[in-house]
Amino acid sequence: MIKTAADGIKEVTPPLSDADVESLTAGDRVRITGTLYTARDAAHGRLSPLVEGGKPLPIDVKGQIIYYTGPSPARPGDVVGSVGPTTGGRMDKFTPGLLALGLKGTIGKGGRSQPVKDALARHKGVYFGAIGGAGAVLSRFVKKLEVVAYEDLGTEAIRRLEVEGFPAIVINDCHGGDLYQDGVRQYARD
Amino acid sequence: MRSIHVSAITDAVKKLCMEANYDLEPDVLRAFDRALGTERSPAGRQVLQILKDNAELARAKKIPYCQDTGFVVCFAEIGQDVHVEGGLLADAINGGIRAGYTEGYLRASIVRSPFDRVNTADNTPGVIHTELTAGATLRIQIMAKGGGCENRSKYKMLTPAEGIEGVKAWVLECIKTAGPDACPPLIAGVGIGGTFEKAALLSKKALFRELGSPNPDPAADALEKELLERANRLGIGPQGYGGDTTALGIHILTYPCHITSLPVAVTIECHAHRHKEAVL
Repeated sequence: MIKTAADGIKEVTPPLSDADVESLTAGDRVRITGTLYTARDAAHGRLSPLVEGGKPLPIDVKGQIIYYTGPSPARPGDVVGSVGPTTGGRMDKFTPGLLALGLKGTIGKGGRSQPVKDALARHKGVYFGAIGGAGAVLSRFVKKLEVVAYEDLGTEAIRRLEVEGFPAIVINDCHGGDLYQDGVRQYARD
Repeated sequence: MRSIHVSAITDAVKKLCMEANYDLEPDVLRAFDRALGTERSPAGRQVLQILKDNAELARAKKIPYCQDTGFVVCFAEIGQDVHVEGGLLADAINGGIRAGYTEGYLRASIVRSPFDRVNTADNTPGVIHTELTAGATLRIQIMAKGGGCENRSKYKMLTPAEGIEGVKAWVLECIKTAGPDACPPLIAGVGIGGTFEKAALLSKKALFRELGSPNPDPAADALEKELLERANRLGIGPQGYGGDTTALGIHILTYPCHITSLPVAVTIECHAHRHKEAVL
């Protein structure tokens, strides 16, 4: 579900529908509330043969958002340590397959490949950017954390996060919009 | 001859690892402030402000500035009149990394082999470079080097005929291709000259100079200033959202080179530029 708040920021609550994703445009600021699943290189490496073999995954990705992050350990009494995004491009190889299964969003930082952008258009998906390196600030939006798969991977395990008002921005929408390209076009001086 | 016990080295490295991750150095914070004065993009200014808030929160709560608490790169300058007592220098440094990362709630990001990729669970080993110097002190510099930006570091063997214009084009190309992936605003460490490995090493070492300080070599200083100005005309901006602050600094170190060669290595460092030093 997506609603625009009084301050113009879009409130995003997974699960997301095709129509939800279609309402997002590159450059839109969003606040996400609800469930995010964390997965990065090693977890994607384990999901990949399951996706290719048509086997069940340890999480149901339909309508969901995957956050590319490997948090630092929580201090006693904290929910999580630092929890900023990692580079999304390293997951490019795996993303189209997950989008085909109904995954609606990913959160990371950095550019995505053309095949991923094509898959976002084809399957109605969105790529959000969170501020890379702002892991301390981003930790404040995480209210709950639970390891749901591949615990042996340590920081790379799949975790279910419950977030409230997690701030992000739309980098790639499902209409071909790309904030990184727009930004350079607007500010390049050569 | 002066003796330094390994336990003093371990304790120092442990403290440096923790502090580097919680307390962003003042030179980086000053660079954010300078950028806030020149950045035209509202989104870019907002990112810079959030990075300042992030640094403050990390310092206050003793949680890492970035969840990627890095690969520890350690430069140890050992005075020739120092005797390291009680064990091996490398073991002492790795002991400090292990203690700092496990006791400091810092992330373990190192795998024991590039092939089986099993996490060592304590962020060891570090990458340790030792150098013999004059005197009776041990200077330890550490950097908690992020992986995302390191992945955008590059190397090129230019020809002497390509000259300084070739160097400029290559450094700018590295910054442009790093783009939003390397968490701009970034810092480029540039090693020019020497051999293949020497240029790469210089590109790391160059990052330890204080941001915003002049390069003591006037020719390198002029080159740094021109490259920084041109990098910030690329339009990539903070986080790649568009803007004027793509780089916070370009730091160059040079070395003599062979008549056939012009090696140029570029280490890309993100705004989470965590570097600390101690002298024992």
